Amino acid sequence: MSVRRQSLVIALPVIAILLWAVVYPNAAVIAGSFENGLGHWREFAASPADREALRTSIVIAIASVFASLAVGVPLAFLLGRFDFPGRRLLRAVATLPAALPPLVGVIAFLFLYGESGVITRAVQRMLGMPQAPWQLKGVGAIVFVHAYTMYVYVFLFVSAGLERFDATLDEAASGLGASTWHRLRRVTLPLLMPAVAGSALLVFMNALGSFSAPYVFGGGLRVLSTQILASKTNGAMGLAYVETTVLALSAVAGLVLFRWLDRKRKYTLASKGGRQRRVIQSRKLQIVMSTAAALIVIALVLPHLMVILVSFARDGVWTTQVLPPEYTLENYRRLFSEAELWRPITNSVSMALIATAGNLVVCFIAAYLIVFRNFAGRRLLELLIVLPWAIPATAIALGLAATFSRNDLLTGRVLLVGTFWILPLAYFIRDTPLVASAVESSLRQMDASLEDAARGLGASWLLTMRRVILPAARPGLIAGGLLAAVTAVGEFVASVVLYTHSNRPISMEILAQLRALAFGTAAAYSVLLILLVLLMALAARSFEERLV
Amino acid sequence: MDEVLGRQYPEPRTETVTAAPSARTGSEGGEIGALALNGVTRRFGDFTAVDNVSFEVKPGELLALVGASGSGKTTTLRIAAGYEMPDQGSVVLGGRDITRVPPERRGFGMVFQHYALFPHMPVEENVAFGLEARGVNKVDRLIKARAALASVGLEGAGARAIQSLSGGEQQRVALARALVIEPRALLLDEPLSNLDPTLRQAMRDDLRAMLRRVGVPALFVTHDQEDAFAIADRIALLKRGKLLQSGTPEELYHTPASREVAAFIGRGSIVPAVDKGNVAAVTIGGVTRELSVTRSRATPPKLDKAFVVLRPDALELSRGAGVLAWRGRVTNRRFAGGLVVYRIELADNVTVEVESTSGDAREDENVSVSPLKGPFPLVSE
Repeated sequence: MSVRRQSLVIALPVIAILLWAVVYPNAAVIAGSFENGLGHWREFAASPADREALRTSIVIAIASVFASLAVGVPLAFLLGRFDFPGRRLLRAVATLPAALPPLVGVIAFLFLYGESGVITRAVQRMLGMPQAPWQLKGVGAIVFVHAYTMYVYVFLFVSAGLERFDATLDEAASGLGASTWHRLRRVTLPLLMPAVAGSALLVFMNALGSFSAPYVFGGGLRVLSTQILASKTNGAMGLAYVETTVLALSAVAGLVLFRWLDRKRKYTLASKGGRQRRVIQSRKLQIVMSTAAALIVIALVLPHLMVILVSFARDGVWTTQVLPPEYTLENYRRLFSEAELWRPITNSVSMALIATAGNLVVCFIAAYLIVFRNFAGRRLLELLIVLPWAIPATAIALGLAATFSRNDLLTGRVLLVGTFWILPLAYFIRDTPLVASAVESSLRQMDASLEDAARGLGASWLLTMRRVILPAARPGLIAGGLLAAVTAVGEFVASVVLYTHSNRPISMEILAQLRALAFGTAAAYSVLLILLVLLMALAARSFEERLV
Repeated sequence: MDEVLGRQYPEPRTETVTAAPSARTGSEGGEIGALALNGVTRRFGDFTAVDNVSFEVKPGELLALVGASGSGKTTTLRIAAGYEMPDQGSVVLGGRDITRVPPERRGFGMVFQHYALFPHMPVEENVAFGLEARGVNKVDRLIKARAALASVGLEGAGARAIQSLSGGEQQRVALARALVIEPRALLLDEPLSNLDPTLRQAMRDDLRAMLRRVGVPALFVTHDQEDAFAIADRIALLKRGKLLQSGTPEELYHTPASREVAAFIGRGSIVPAVDKGNVAAVTIGGVTRELSVTRSRATPPKLDKAFVVLRPDALELSRGAGVLAWRGRVTNRRFAGGLVVYRIELADNVTVEVESTSGDAREDENVSVSPLKGPFPLVSE
C-alpha cells in the first residue's frame, strides 16, 4: 500500500467523525433555517428584537476588541520593555483572568461592581449617595467584563511578539535618527501588527459568541447568543436556526475581514534575542510605575479574592451591608455532603475527561497527518479541524440539539439530546481546534526527516510512532489536553443549551444557585472550579516532569 | 539638521552626491572630524568586555577592529555608535565629546551584522527611513533613496520586498541606508560575514571603494583578518577586551607587537630564539641559524625571552637532507593554485608551513627547510 493510500485510510475515520459532528449539525441548522422557505428569515428580518440583537452583538464584539487592546497592549509594553519594583508580581498575576471560568468571572464582577456589589456599596457609602452610583448593566458592563477576561489574549500575543522582536531593528532605527515616538510608530507597532491582529481576532470571536456576560448583565439587552436560547426555549426552532446562522455568518465575516486587513504581510518576526528591559532609574518614575502596577494587581486579583470571600458568606443574610456580615464553612460542607449538590462536580469532571481523551486521540492523528503526510484529503482535514473555532459555541450547541434529537440511522442521526453524551460531544467539538493546534505546533518543531531516519534504521511503524513521533508531540498533547480539560470543566455556553438535570455541569449549578440568591453556595462552586483548574494544571506539570 | 532640510539636491542622477558626499561636511553640519575612543572601558558585572581601549579614525580612513569572538570588538563598535555607554572613557567626534549623545542624534551610519532591514518596508522605504526621521519630505527622500541605491548598484530595486533580496543585495541595501543620511561616521558590524565566499571576495573591493568615496571615518568589525587586510587602512587588534596593537596591516604582519599578535595575524610558526639585536639565533634539532629580525617600536631592543615568527613565505623547502638546514618530514601537502603549501614536522616538536612553487615533494617524504633572507618578526612572550 502506498504511503498516500495509507494516509488516506488513517485519515478517513477522522474526517468522517468531524464531518458527522461538526459539519453535519451546522449544515442541518442552515437547512433548518430554510425549512419554511424564506419564512423564518422574513420573521427574523421583521423582528426588531432580532435586528437589535445582531447590532448589539457586533457592537459588543468591536468594543470588546478595542477595550482589550487598550488594556493589553500598554500592559505588554510596560512589562516587556521596562523594569521597575513590582514588575515580577504584576507579570505573575497578569494572566490570572484567564484562569477564571467564564461564568465565574461574571459572578465575581457581580459581587464587586454589581448593584449590591462591594465596590459599588463602598463608593455609595463614601459619597453618601441614596442609590448605587452606577449599574452593572448593558453594553458597557458587558464590555467591561470582556476587557477584563479577554485582554489576556492581547497581552500574551503582544508580549510574545515583543519577546521575538529583533532588537537590532530598533537600534537600526535609532541609529538612523528616529525618535522614540517615530520608532514606535514606524517600526515597533507595524512589526507587532500580526500579534495585535491575531489577538484582536480572538477577542472578536470570543466576544461575538459570548454568552455569560450578556446573560447575567444584559438586563433587557438582547444579543444573538441569548436570542438563540430564548427562541429555542420558546420552541421557535426555525427562528433559532436563522439566528444561529446569522451568528455563525457574522463570525465568519469577522474572520474574513481580519484576514483581508492582514493580507499584505509577508514577513515573520525572526528572533535574534530580545532587547533588555530598561531599568527605571528615576525615583519619581519608579514610584509612579510601582503604584500603577500595584493598582493593576489589585484590580486583577480582586475578582478572585471576592469569589473566595463570598464562598464563606452565609446564604441569605448579606443584604445591604458592604461586606457579607456572617462567615461559615457551611457552603462547602453542603457541597461535599449533599448528593444533589455534589453531583454537578462529578458530572463536570467526568464529562471533561471524556471529551479531553477524545480530543487527544483524534487531534493527535489529525495533527500527525497534517504535518507529516501528503494525501488527497489533507486540506479538507485542516479545514475541518479549525472549523469549530470559527463557529460560536451557541451555534455549535444548537446544531447538536437540532441534529441529535432522534434516532434515524439512515440520515446519520443518533439520539443524544437528553442523554449524558451530548455534553462531552459538545466539549469535544469546541476544544478540537485548541488541542490540534497545540499538537501541530509541537510536531512542526520536529525535523521531518527524523521519521524517515527511524524507518531507515529498521524501526517498524509502531516503534517509530512510540519512540519518535509521540515524544515529539508530547508537549503539545499535554498543553492542549490541559487547555481542553480546563475549558470543558467550566464550560457554560454550550452547556446552557444542551444540559439536562441529570448531567448538569458545575456552571449550570452556579447559575441555579445565583437565581436562588444563594450567593455563598454559588461562590463555593466557583472556588471549587478554580481549584479544579489549578489541580489540572499541577497534574499536567507533574506529568510533563515525570516523562522528561 | 537645518542644513539637511535646506540643502539643494539638484538632479537625482548626479550619482554619488547623496550617497558619497564629495564635500567634506557632515550631514548635521560642520567639518567632518576624526572619531576617537579615549580609554574606553565597559564592564558587564564582573566581566570586562572592553578594557581601556583608545584609537582614532581620521576622516576617510578605514579602521578594522579585529579579534576572535568575545574579544570585545562588537561592544567597542556599539560604544562608538552610542548603543552602549562606557563605564569609563569617552567617545569624541571632531573634538567634541559625544559619549552621552544617544544614537539617534549622532548621525552615524551603521550597517548591522544581519543588516537589520525593516521587514515590513520595501527597499526604498528602508533606505529613506533615516531621511524620514529627519523630516525630509517624501518626494525628496525617495529621490535620494533611489540615488543611494544606484550608488550601490541596485538601480530599480526600490519597490522590492526585503524578503526577495539575496544576502549580497541585502548588504548593499543596508549600506545604502547608512550612506543616504550623509553620516558623520560609518560603522559596520561584520559587514561581510553573511556572504558566501565568492561574493565575499568581490564585495571586499566594492566595500573599500565605496567607503573611501564617502570620506568620513569608517570603523568596521571583523573576525576575519583577510577581510581586514583587504579593506582596512589600519587594523586595531583586540583580545579579551584589550587593544593589543593598532597599525597598518603591514605593520601588524611584519612587526607584531607581541606573540599574541603574531599568532593571530597571518600564518606562521612561533619558535624560541636568542635575541642578538639585529639578528636572532634559532636552533631546531641541533641546527642553529642566525636570522635577521625586525621588531615593533613597542618591543625592547634586547629580549631575554624572544621568539621568531617563521612565515610560510619566508621559508624554503628542498628535497632530501640539506647542509645547515632544518630536517623534517612532510605531514601534509595542500595545493593552493600557484603554490603548494607543505606542513612539515621538524625536530623538537616544531611544525612549520612552507610555501613552495614546486610541488615535487610528497607526503611522508623527508625534506629540509631553510630560512630565506628575511627579515623575520621578533616578538616577546
